[in-house]
Amino acid sequence: MYLAKIYVTYKPSILDPQGEVIKAALNRMDYSGIEQVSQGKYFEIKLKATDVDAATSEVESFTDALLINQNTETYRFDLSLVAEDEVLS
Amino acid sequence: MKAAVISFPGSNCDFDMLYALQEFGVDAEIVSAKHNNLKDYDAIFLPGGFSYGDYLRTGAIARFSPIMSAVTQAANDGKLIIGICNGFQILTEAGLLPGQLLTNQKPGFICDEIALSIANPNTAYTNAYEAEEIINIPVAHAEGNYYADAETLTKLEENNLIIFRYVDNPNGSAHDIAGIMNENGNVFGMMPHPERAVDAVTGNDDGKNFFKSILSGILAGA
Repeated sequence: MYLAKIYVTYKPSILDPQGEVIKAALNRMDYSGIEQVSQGKYFEIKLKATDVDAATSEVESFTDALLINQNTETYRFDLSLVAEDEVLS
Repeated sequence: MKAAVISFPGSNCDFDMLYALQEFGVDAEIVSAKHNNLKDYDAIFLPGGFSYGDYLRTGAIARFSPIMSAVTQAANDGKLIIGICNGFQILTEAGLLPGQLLTNQKPGFICDEIALSIANPNTAYTNAYEAEEIINIPVAHAEGNYYADAETLTKLEENNLIIFRYVDNPNGSAHDIAGIMNENGNVFGMMPHPERAVDAVTGNDDGKNFFKSILSGILAGA
């Protein structure tokens, strides 16, 4: 079994209003060194795939189809082998 | 003419839409998103609300509900498909309209009545309005910031596919876009809620001509 950890973020060209509000709050809290905040999404998905190639292609397929909107979002992911009974997070 | 109003889990404007259609004498009924057949209907309405709790992204889960393959088929057959608010978000997620609705530029839920200009009066959705008329229509959304890439926006402008524009853009939408249609003119989406402005008892009936436009188009084509 594989565990996919998928990180979804806006493309750099897309304004992230929530990130901007968080940045303003951090600055108000005197974290003056904060230059940029990007708020994304994180998914942990356990796959029955038995080899890394199959897992990779499945993750790419369902991430493109559902997890991101290709107009505005992009992603990266890590894969690791996990035991069947391992509980996520 | 028979109209379907699709009810997704989390739709909350389905009965407002049904009421508005019935006000104009349309034979309309609610159809569950679990169904997969829309052959009996001439026009399909995707109402506002929070389909599937707006989880993941607005409209992202609804786009894969069983009814959406029938909606896509109906769109390809040239039937009228009209998405209001969450319905608009679902149509963009499904790729039936271009672009995407993002979080409002200033994050937060906007619940207000705002001015719209009729950007194209020669459509199935606006023919009962005057050119350049300004109307007031309720808005209620947190993700109404219309985004499309520069190429798509140019195409929308050049082909007169922008139907309604905000007079004072409340959410940061590109080119002040409040409503657009596809190139065939049969798939339409807008963020404001004309179905909430059809009865004088609510203090505003500026949405009446939206429904009159749709009906006159369908009757003329029938």
